[in-house]
Amino acid sequence: MSFPRKVVFYFLLLFSAFLLFFPVLYAFMISFMTGGEIMQGKFFPQTFTLDNYFRVFERLPLMKYLMNSFVVSTGVMMGQLIVCSMAAYVFVFIPFKGRDLVFFLFISTMMIPWEATMIPNFFTIQKLDWTNTYQGLTVPFFALAFGTFLLRQHFKTIPKELFEASQIAGLSRFAFFWRVILPVSKTSLVTLGAYGFLTTWNMYLWPLLVTNNDQVRTVQIGLKQLQSQEVATEWGVVMAGVIVVIIPTLLLLFIGQKQLQKGLTQGALK
Amino acid sequence: MKRVELMNVSKTYDKKTEVISNINVMIEPGEFFVLVGPSGCGKSTMLRMIAGLEEITGGILRIGEKEANHLPPSKRDISMVFQNYALYPHLSVMENIVFGLHVKKIPKLERKTRCKDVAAMLGLSEYLNRKPRELSGGQRQRVALARAIVNEAPICLMDEPLSNLDAKLRAHMRSEIRQIQRRLGITMIYVTHDQVEAMTMGDRIMILHDGKIQQVGKPIDIYNHPANPFVATFIGSPPMNIAEGVMKRLQSEILVGDECEIKIPVEDSRLLQTEQVLVGIRPEHIKVASKETSHENRMVVEAINVEILGNETIFSFKIGSHEWMAKWNGQWHLHIGDQIPIQMDYESLCLFDRKTNERIKSATDIENNILDKEVFL
Repeated sequence: MSFPRKVVFYFLLLFSAFLLFFPVLYAFMISFMTGGEIMQGKFFPQTFTLDNYFRVFERLPLMKYLMNSFVVSTGVMMGQLIVCSMAAYVFVFIPFKGRDLVFFLFISTMMIPWEATMIPNFFTIQKLDWTNTYQGLTVPFFALAFGTFLLRQHFKTIPKELFEASQIAGLSRFAFFWRVILPVSKTSLVTLGAYGFLTTWNMYLWPLLVTNNDQVRTVQIGLKQLQSQEVATEWGVVMAGVIVVIIPTLLLLFIGQKQLQKGLTQGALK
Repeated sequence: MKRVELMNVSKTYDKKTEVISNINVMIEPGEFFVLVGPSGCGKSTMLRMIAGLEEITGGILRIGEKEANHLPPSKRDISMVFQNYALYPHLSVMENIVFGLHVKKIPKLERKTRCKDVAAMLGLSEYLNRKPRELSGGQRQRVALARAIVNEAPICLMDEPLSNLDAKLRAHMRSEIRQIQRRLGITMIYVTHDQVEAMTMGDRIMILHDGKIQQVGKPIDIYNHPANPFVATFIGSPPMNIAEGVMKRLQSEILVGDECEIKIPVEDSRLLQTEQVLVGIRPEHIKVASKETSHENRMVVEAINVEILGNETIFSFKIGSHEWMAKWNGQWHLHIGDQIPIQMDYESLCLFDRKTNERIKSATDIENNILDKEVFL
């Protein structure tokens, strides 16, 4: 590529990256400003004070919320991995009558928006007396059609001969799943795991519905609490909270980016 | 070492059409048995039925003395090598080799010694810690082989194990597999579509076509006495030349492709039941006509293609609508369009009934092969 072309490309890339990243960047700046500076609509704070960060931890049990979010997200992630990988395994390696039909039924649930099932789900959780519990926050998300589909696509690329070879060796179906399938599809599992973790971390509506005290409440609701506690919202504090909350997300993305890309495109191309 | 017996075995997927039918064969202990046929003839299906990966829909399969129709694959005392090797990509060579032993609850120490022995036998000792993707095709093939023989199963099944290798390596692995089989004395059932592999490796071979047995026997017997035109053209390279012929009883000769007449002995012409026959002759049995050649046996053909291979020369010519090939030893500097005098003797002809496809006569004069013991005289 010639030099001027390179310059143009990089300029465009920088510009669009800035455009996309602007809200986060602005939030980051605000989190260091005092109330007055925010009102003046400045972009760069005069001095970088960490006051807002201290205040947000004082005002809210933020550590507890973070912990809750972590537990819930990890729980959902593990649950999804277990349920989806097992379901996908059945759909690929264990033939039974009407398997395709069941699979299409399974996949068609992807077309139902999650919000539509929220009310019945809520009643179920309520009847089980699972409000304000971790299982109430996690269990409804274990079965994920998208995840099953993703893993099924990957499992299908595994040669059937591996299954047959293990049959001749005398492995049970579960042993084959555990000792061969799972290690072979590591990339897809990491992809699904990261996806599940992030979605759950950013979830707002469901935790709001099934929690009504601090016991198991997640951070996203904590943020909302910051905003509405007083008449005039202290945006500096809110943004400090936001930054704290998105750090794990960003970390996960940076670490898992390569795996994530590989896993997602792999499923798409095959 | 166990025998494998198939009695009336058949296979159907839709309960109407049989992809394999009426297979009756006894594979002796310690035998190298080759299943050969064109693609789609059902040879792999048959192997998979023996392995238990495919259900047997009719007939009885016996392994050893036991009926094995409903035994799971792991209870059949077999090992298997797949065409694509089926190595576990996440395990090292060593882990791949001992994978099955772990399940069979063989103590760790023995697993290790067995793995070492097998690796040494196949020249894999240096690669034990590598992953399959870091190996070449030939090395992967050896790992698959090692995995099959390490569990010391009395029967080993192989499904076109050499088809992914290049020609040179294939020839090498052919003799290596054969040697290992002899040394261990295992019963081997080997599937291939390559007639050279079948001829060179098998103690006995079975030729399958459209799910039916065409012929079973020693390779050389099959070569010399093919049961039908299919076998005749499938075994041998270049294949046996075949053309329609008409018996002329009065002149006691066979007319091949309207122009070529071949004299037959009078007593044989009386024995022939039918007049519509298929005439076959191996390319190496078509010889150059010499001065002594009698006038009736001599004919002149026009070369339409010539291949000089160094140690032999193959040229083709037209007989009726068929293209025939002749193979001569040595280098013959022929050119396309040359008029070549050839001779075909009745003794080297194969005759088949055109209706039933059965063999009427096989080549009796197999010239330069000194038969059996005479060679030592």
